[in-house]
Amino acid sequence: MRSLRQAAQGIRRAPLLSGLSITAIGLSLFIIGLFALTAHNIDEALIGVESRVEVVAYLAEGTSDEVVSVATSEIEGFPEVEKVHFVSKVEALYDASRELTEFSDVFSDLEVNPLPASFELGLRDGSRTPEDVERVAERLRGYDFIVEVRYGREWVDKVYALRRIAGGAALALGGSFALGAILLIGIAVRMAVLARSREIAIMQTVGATDSYIRRPFLIEGWLTGLAGGLLALGLTWLVYVAVDRTLLSLSWLPDLWIALGLIVGALLGTISAGYAVRKEIRRIEAF
Amino acid sequence: MIQLRSVTKRFDRSDPALSDVSFHVRKGEFVFLTGPSGAGKTTILRLIHMQMMPSEGEVRVSKFSSLKIRRREIPELRRRVGYVFQDFRLLESLSAAENIAFVLECTGAPRVKIEPRVQRLLSQVGLVARARALPRELSGGEQQRVVIARALATEPIVLLADEPTGNLDERATAGVFDLFRTINASGTSVVMATHDAELIRRHPTIRVIEIEAGAVVFDSSGSGAGPETRPQSLGPAPGGDGVDE
Repeated sequence: MRSLRQAAQGIRRAPLLSGLSITAIGLSLFIIGLFALTAHNIDEALIGVESRVEVVAYLAEGTSDEVVSVATSEIEGFPEVEKVHFVSKVEALYDASRELTEFSDVFSDLEVNPLPASFELGLRDGSRTPEDVERVAERLRGYDFIVEVRYGREWVDKVYALRRIAGGAALALGGSFALGAILLIGIAVRMAVLARSREIAIMQTVGATDSYIRRPFLIEGWLTGLAGGLLALGLTWLVYVAVDRTLLSLSWLPDLWIALGLIVGALLGTISAGYAVRKEIRRIEAF
Repeated sequence: MIQLRSVTKRFDRSDPALSDVSFHVRKGEFVFLTGPSGAGKTTILRLIHMQMMPSEGEVRVSKFSSLKIRRREIPELRRRVGYVFQDFRLLESLSAAENIAFVLECTGAPRVKIEPRVQRLLSQVGLVARARALPRELSGGEQQRVVIARALATEPIVLLADEPTGNLDERATAGVFDLFRTINASGTSVVMATHDAELIRRHPTIRVIEIEAGAVVFDSSGSGAGPETRPQSLGPAPGGDGVDE
C-alpha cells in the first residue's frame, strides 16, 4: 500500500516527465496497434479468400467423355482435393453469357463455342497453402489433355506478402518508438530516485532491503507502462471507428492481442524502471 | 562484538584513509573515537556499518564479516547497528513520530506494532510532547533525540554516532550524551566519534581510541594495536575532578 502511494507520488512529482513517458510508450504501442489492426483485417480477409481458392484445369478441344469420367475419379482421389466439378463447353458458355450480360449479344451471335471445358477443383481445409496448390497444379499438368491450369494463388501470395510487410513494419517502427519510451521511463524513474535520494539513503542506513526500496519505483514504471498501453489502445480504437464508419468495414482486434499489448506496455515500463532504479540506488548507496 | 583487524582503506591512489587499524569493542562497551577532522573517524564508522568494505584486513560485527558478507545480508546487519548523524538527516516533511515510524515501516514491522513502539521510543528520548512537530520546529538537541530514537527503532546491539553533539550547544550536548549513557547502560554498545576534547575529559572512565592520519595513535583500553600513551591532544588525564559518574 505504501509502495503504491509512493509510486503515485513519484508520478505526481514529475508530471511532465511521466506524461512524456506515457505518451512515448503510448505512441510506440499505437504504431504497433495500427499495424496489428491492419494485419488482423488482412488475416480476416485471407480466411474468406482462402476458402474460395479453386484450381481450374482447362481441357484440350475434343477430350472424350470417357477420359473426363476417368480423370474425375482420379482427381477426386487427390488428398488435397475436396470436390471436382466438370464444366462442359456448353455450361461454360452459358455461365459466361449469364455473368457477362453486357456481352450477351456477342455470345448469342457466336457460330463456334470458343470456351474450353474445364475441371473446377475445391480444396480441403488445411490444403490451401501455396505448396499444396502448386502440387495439385503440377499433377494436373501431367495429364496430356489438360492444356492450362489456373489458380488464384498468385494474388493470395501477394496478400500474404502484404501481411508480412505489415508485421515487419510494426516491429521495426514500434520497436524504435519502444526504445525511446524505455529511455524516457528510465530518465523519469532516475529523477524520481534522485528526488527521494535522502529518503533512500535513510532506508539503506536503517536496513531496508533493496527490493523494498525498489518496489515503489517498479510500480511507478508499471503504472506508466500500463497507462501508455491504455493510451495506445484508445488511439487505435479511434482510428478503427473512424475507418470503419467512413472508408471500409473493419474487424476490431482480438481480446488476446489487446491483453498482450497492455502486458507489453506494463512490462516495458517495469523493466526500464527496474534497470534505472537498480543503477541509481547503487550510486546513492547510503550517502 | 566489533573487531577491526589490520584494516586499510584506500579511496584512490593517494595515501590510504586508514592504514593497519586494529581494535576490538566488547559487548556493552562505550567507546569514544576521537581525533582531528579528516583523521578517519567517519571512515571507521562507515566500515563498521558496512557502507564500504576495507581494501585490506577484516571488519567483524557480531556474526558478520566484511570478507564474507553478501549484499543481501547487509540490511540485516544494519538493523543491528544503529547510526546517528551529526547533521540529523531527518525527513523534513514528516513529524518526529513519523520519522521514527518510517524506519519501522521500511524494515517490515507489523502495522499494529508501529504506533506503540513509536510512543515507547519517544518516551525513551523524552520527546512525547513533541511527537507531531516537524524537524524544522524542533531544536538541534530535540532533532538529535529523534535521530537517536530512529536509530533505536530496530533494537540495535550497537549504536554508531558520528559527531552527534557537533551541532549542539553545551546544554543540549549534555542531554544527548546522557541519553547515550542510558542507552549504553541497557546493554547496547556505543561507538561515538567526536573531536570534543572537553566531553572526553569529563568522562575519564570511558575508553578512548584516538585516530590520527588514518592510524590508531592511542587506545586507553590497551587491548588494541595502538599505543597506550595518552596523547597531548586530549590533555592530561583528569584526576578524579571529572564529572563522569
